[in-house]
Amino acid sequence: MSAETAQNARGSGGASLLSDQRFRSLFFQALVIGLFGAFLLFIILNTATNIEKRGISTGFDFLGVPAGYDIAISPFFEFKATDTHGTVFWVGLLNTLMVSILGIFAATILGVILGVLRLSPNWLINRIVYCYVEVTRNVPLLLQILLWYSIFLGLPSVRQSISIWDTFILNQRGLIVPEPIPTAGFMLVPICLVIAIVGSFLFSKWAHKKQDETGKIYPVLMTSIVSILGLPILAFIVAGFPLEFSYPELKGFNFQGGLSIKPEFTALWFALTLYTAAFIAETVRSGIQSVSHGQTEASEALGLKPSWTMRLVILPQALRVIIPPMTSQYLNLTKNSSLAVAIGYPDIVQSFGGVTLNQTGQAIEVIFITMLVYLTISLVISAFMNWYNSRVRLVER
Amino acid sequence: MKFGKVLFAAAAATAMSTAAQAGTLDDVKAKGFLQCGVATPLPGFAAPNAQNEWEGLDVDVCRAVGAAVFGDASKVKYTPTTSKERFTVLQAGEVDMLSRNTTWTFSRDVNLGFEFTGVNYYDGQGFMVNKSLGVSSATELDGASVCVQTGTTTELNLADYFRSKGMSYETVPVATAEEGAKVYDEGRCDVYTTDASGLYSLRSTLSAPADQIVLPEIISKEPLGPLVRHGDQQWGDISRWSLNAMIIAEELGVTSANVDEMLSSENPEILRLLGAEGNMGEQLGLDAKWAYNIVKQVGNYGESFKRNLTDSLNIERGINAQWKDGGLLYAPPMR
Repeated sequence: MSAETAQNARGSGGASLLSDQRFRSLFFQALVIGLFGAFLLFIILNTATNIEKRGISTGFDFLGVPAGYDIAISPFFEFKATDTHGTVFWVGLLNTLMVSILGIFAATILGVILGVLRLSPNWLINRIVYCYVEVTRNVPLLLQILLWYSIFLGLPSVRQSISIWDTFILNQRGLIVPEPIPTAGFMLVPICLVIAIVGSFLFSKWAHKKQDETGKIYPVLMTSIVSILGLPILAFIVAGFPLEFSYPELKGFNFQGGLSIKPEFTALWFALTLYTAAFIAETVRSGIQSVSHGQTEASEALGLKPSWTMRLVILPQALRVIIPPMTSQYLNLTKNSSLAVAIGYPDIVQSFGGVTLNQTGQAIEVIFITMLVYLTISLVISAFMNWYNSRVRLVER
Repeated sequence: MKFGKVLFAAAAATAMSTAAQAGTLDDVKAKGFLQCGVATPLPGFAAPNAQNEWEGLDVDVCRAVGAAVFGDASKVKYTPTTSKERFTVLQAGEVDMLSRNTTWTFSRDVNLGFEFTGVNYYDGQGFMVNKSLGVSSATELDGASVCVQTGTTTELNLADYFRSKGMSYETVPVATAEEGAKVYDEGRCDVYTTDASGLYSLRSTLSAPADQIVLPEIISKEPLGPLVRHGDQQWGDISRWSLNAMIIAEELGVTSANVDEMLSSENPEILRLLGAEGNMGEQLGLDAKWAYNIVKQVGNYGESFKRNLTDSLNIERGINAQWKDGGLLYAPPMR
């Protein structure tokens, strides 16, 4: 079809077609797409043929079959061996999301702090941070995960646990803390929290409008903090402390009761956080350094307070540089969490993509679903960060 | 949808056109060696020795097939596989056969597209604990942390056993026996569970083997054996009868030491086995001396068992004795 268009446009045939730039580019694009399509088709056909030939059954029916094995870490709901492989998928997904989200939070906070310290005029501090950054980001992540895991396994055994008032227990099988169990009337607390957050948001909008109109500035930050923290605490007291705790107790082989944070999770979380924080620190440092010192001087000349200079002048310009590389760090952290498989943390790759794959033998289906999950998570993070990026972008006039 | 139909039809057509391809035996002969999937080191079953040569009960099955096909038991290359990747490796055709203490189950035989070609070790799942815990029975394991290799039948039996006894436990998944030994040694788990043979093998690699006891309960049937891809009958037969030849040789008293004398035996069964009579080898597509080579180079089943398991790991024959001696080993007759 492209050939016809080009021919009609030119009204000539044969040899001159090759010298037509538009035809040439269309031709080669079509060729590349065609080859790529043929390649995909070949892979699909080849797979289908081989599956057929080897008598391997296919389909997604296995998702409804009982898994038959147990998963040690399922913090959001109880998982039993009688649950299906479909449930394994959700447990794995939630475990992946949990370690990724907590990792992103911790790495961001630590990374920003390190990035700022890296610019400290204090020689000792900035050298220490420099060493930390260089060492951490140049040692392979897998080794760091294994290192943290062996450190945690080196903690005292169950019988020699480190115990603080018999409430917090630390041993090689994890950190066990009292588990809060809400009793009647506890619902008041989260309700108040939501009210406080919505209220703070409305107040800040109103304050902004007022400031635009009258120039009067209201203490938005302080009011928000006080209400978001204060209101739920007040509700908690009013409802008569509606919370009980289940304390850990040594029974037989292990501590029963309480909330147990397993070393597999902690090792993975630590390693991901510390590794990614080193990259984020460099990103933050370069972002801040990209804003010329003239900007600070100019805002001081206008009489802005140092905190305002940072918030209203430096940060908006630095963020423009920081956000895009930050996005890829978040994506990296999420994908790196799949190294969980090395220490047996049941994320989606270890549980669903590993054990379920092996017990059912449905390799193609399981890998396909697992890939789709990572693609979806990555696209969501990407979309959010792009949205945020367009919000903080400088509007150029 | 229409596109999907076209695609499927095309796939089916390709499948039919390629169905008449060369069998595994021809492929192996063309390659010049047998590619055999074995365990990541599991002493007694498959582990490299000081000269970096693989040896063990499972390795001997690979060597037997190598001897049957090439007349040379050393023409085998080994691919160590974890319990998790073993099936994919075989399905994908990266190995010609798998001899890797793998339990013969319905779904593996039927659903995964494999064919089990015999049982070279009758096993059952057991538990190992440290003596200092003072446990004498598996029924006392309520609340324990249990190390288990992922992707195994062991993992499923473990869940079943604890559920049926109404006990709770914490599962600590490990990928290989070596990793499991390390984690168990560190004390991350109280109990290690796998097939009893694996426990004896694993115990020998721990820092304090004498401090460990294997509990008396055996909670499952684990017939371990070699397997091949489904659909190549000839290759399946070669694998099956290489193992059977080792078992029959023991039953008939043919050993690697006396096999040459046995060539002039009066017993027609021995003569058929060693290729002096009949055309068993030809029927398999192999040399007439196929079984002679197996016995000569690898030894019979009893020799292999003694060399790999009894001498080094103190594992008794138990149910793995010949049927005449009260065990379960019973090879179909060679005729």
